[in-house]
Amino acid sequence: MSLINTAPEMALTTRVDDLLNWTRKSSLWYMMFGLACCAIEMMQTGGPRADLERFGMAPRATPRVSDVIIVSGTLTLKMALRTKLLYDQMPEPKYAISMGSCANCGGLFQLAYSVCDGVDRVIPVDVYVPGCPPRPEALTEGLIKLQEKIAQERWLVRKSEPVGVRA
Amino acid sequence: MSLAGFEVEVQRSKDDGGVVTEDMTLSMGPQHPSTHGVLRFVIRADGEVMKEAIPDIGYLHRSIEKIAEKVGWHGFIPYTDRVDYVAAMFCNHGWSFACEQLAGIEVPKRAEYCRVIADELCRIHSHLLSVGSMAMDIGAFTPFTHAIREREYLNDLFEELCGARLTFHYMRIGGVGWDLPTGWIDKLSHFLDRFEPLVDEYDRLISFNKIFVERLAGVAPVTAEEAIDFNLVGPNLRASGVRYDVRKDEPYSVYPELEFDVPIGTGEKGIVGDCFDRYIVRMREMRESCRILRQCITQIPDGPVIAKVPRNLKPPAGDVYVRLESARGDMGWYVVSDGTAFPHRCKIRTGSFSAISIVPKISRNLMIADLIAVIASLDLVAPEIDR
Amino acid sequence: MAMDAAGVHARLREKFGDVVGPLEASGRNASATIVPARIAEVGEFLKTDPALRFDCLSNLSGVDYPKQGHIQIVYHLFSYPHRHAFVLRVNAPRDNPQVATVSGVWSHADWQEREAFDLLGVTFDGHPDLRRILMPEDWPGHPLRKDFVEPESYHGIPTSRESLLKA
Repeated sequence: MSLINTAPEMALTTRVDDLLNWTRKSSLWYMMFGLACCAIEMMQTGGPRADLERFGMAPRATPRVSDVIIVSGTLTLKMALRTKLLYDQMPEPKYAISMGSCANCGGLFQLAYSVCDGVDRVIPVDVYVPGCPPRPEALTEGLIKLQEKIAQERWLVRKSEPVGVRA
Repeated sequence: MSLAGFEVEVQRSKDDGGVVTEDMTLSMGPQHPSTHGVLRFVIRADGEVMKEAIPDIGYLHRSIEKIAEKVGWHGFIPYTDRVDYVAAMFCNHGWSFACEQLAGIEVPKRAEYCRVIADELCRIHSHLLSVGSMAMDIGAFTPFTHAIREREYLNDLFEELCGARLTFHYMRIGGVGWDLPTGWIDKLSHFLDRFEPLVDEYDRLISFNKIFVERLAGVAPVTAEEAIDFNLVGPNLRASGVRYDVRKDEPYSVYPELEFDVPIGTGEKGIVGDCFDRYIVRMREMRESCRILRQCITQIPDGPVIAKVPRNLKPPAGDVYVRLESARGDMGWYVVSDGTAFPHRCKIRTGSFSAISIVPKISRNLMIADLIAVIASLDLVAPEIDR
Repeated sequence: MAMDAAGVHARLREKFGDVVGPLEASGRNASATIVPARIAEVGEFLKTDPALRFDCLSNLSGVDYPKQGHIQIVYHLFSYPHRHAFVLRVNAPRDNPQVATVSGVWSHADWQEREAFDLLGVTFDGHPDLRRILMPEDWPGHPLRKDFVEPESYHGIPTSRESLLKA
């Protein structure tokens, strides 16, 4: 029997939700989906100065074992179809960070005939990180925002309960 | 719609015991952990040994050449950064150089020195990433983190010079965008004092490590005739023994006034033109770049950093083909002007495009792991291939 | 020994006669126009003749000239033994551009001709494997032509994005 969104809201379920979210956000494994220039900045962010591993983020090669996909770089139409396939291969719960102008909206390549204007045309995005390319500090801030978003999720509470009503 | 792209003919054979064997077709797909960008290889393999590795490109085709026709002469410079983002200064330089030849603009001496300083710093920047990723692809993770650390210091220098860490947009048609900031030359000498002994340290770390050498020596040798036939350029060509460097043989900018050597491959660990040669040529080029930078620091004159160029530039009709020595080899810029404010055609001929076309030929009967070593040693970057 | 452009042109004229057009421009950009069907023979001669030895095809580009009604293929040649350079041009009519392939002479031409086919629609007779290289296999049209119209969508993904800056 699935426990997701079935339990009534009470002090115990909120604490368990917080615990689950804390474990999830502290260990987000990202899939290396470096497409273009932002991939270099993503590698620099994983490097010694602005370290991503201190947040628990480890780079993974395949989508099957990763939690978050950081789409860094320009998405061409040829690649967009494969991106959808890769996103579908990730297990739930999964998140997507769109890094850089090209992944957000096409960036300076909106004039191009072969570029997909933004990765949100093919996959749902949680956090957009602007920049061309974004500095390591910017990507880290995007990651912190994703962690804040994860912290607000409720997995056990029954969705039909109005929030704020106490028995 | 099939995502396979194209059909590969699979061979079946029946041996004496009556066992039917069939080749395996693998797609080393556009997303893979090797850091060279979105490249795809369709590999037809008999177990671990490859019969054929066919490259499939175009996953990063951003139509940069067509955009040149839409944004004008000055507006195209940021796009040139993205042609090869690992060594962006050379691309800026190539476009500016081609436009200056078309329009007959003369660049001031100080600007030329600033360009050479930026170029050589970018060469170190690019070779560090190339050598680091090659080590990481082979399996040694530590040199990659060292390379990334050194690149951070270079990024600081670049940021102070032109405001950006990766896509610089530093050069303009007629010169460079900004003069060297006060105190920057001292920071550069301080960086060189720190960096030159570190190149020796990286050399000691991996170049003579037995596993590293065995993975690379003797793998996929490219003879000089093959290299010229397939138009390999830069370190790939020099590793095969051909002594050709655009900076020495068809010099441009202020390279005639600078002294430096051109390392070539000699087959010291295996065969001439194998992966180890391609790697060691890049290590040695980093040292030569440091030498060039020290000379530029002492020889740079005072003066303006940009010539007077009209904002609405309209070069006379004609075409020009310029070549300059980028980190990945001789990058050719063929620019056609029809007398208007927009270029008629811009064709960029890059080293990685020819390098990937030789991969099917040199990777026959290698193992799949050797294919990774070959790709890394040829220093392929996807944006140069696809533009 | 390095030969200047006039010398190269004179040798070509002597061997091929009217197939080779007059010498245009000078210095490194000196060029001659060749008949499209004979370019392979001219290339073979340029590569094998001991005084010329153009063993490297440095660049092969296609340029669309709609006003003149032709597509021009430009071959930039270089010789490593003698260190001299020359340029060949070939004009193919725009509605049915067909040029002989030089991939038998210089292996680099293989992929460059595929790119010219993909982006400009020029057919190279005798090419071993002429198919699209940069664009997807089912892409309509040839993008680098001046009259190319971008398709509205590709496999359901729209190719343009409305501007986020509302005037």
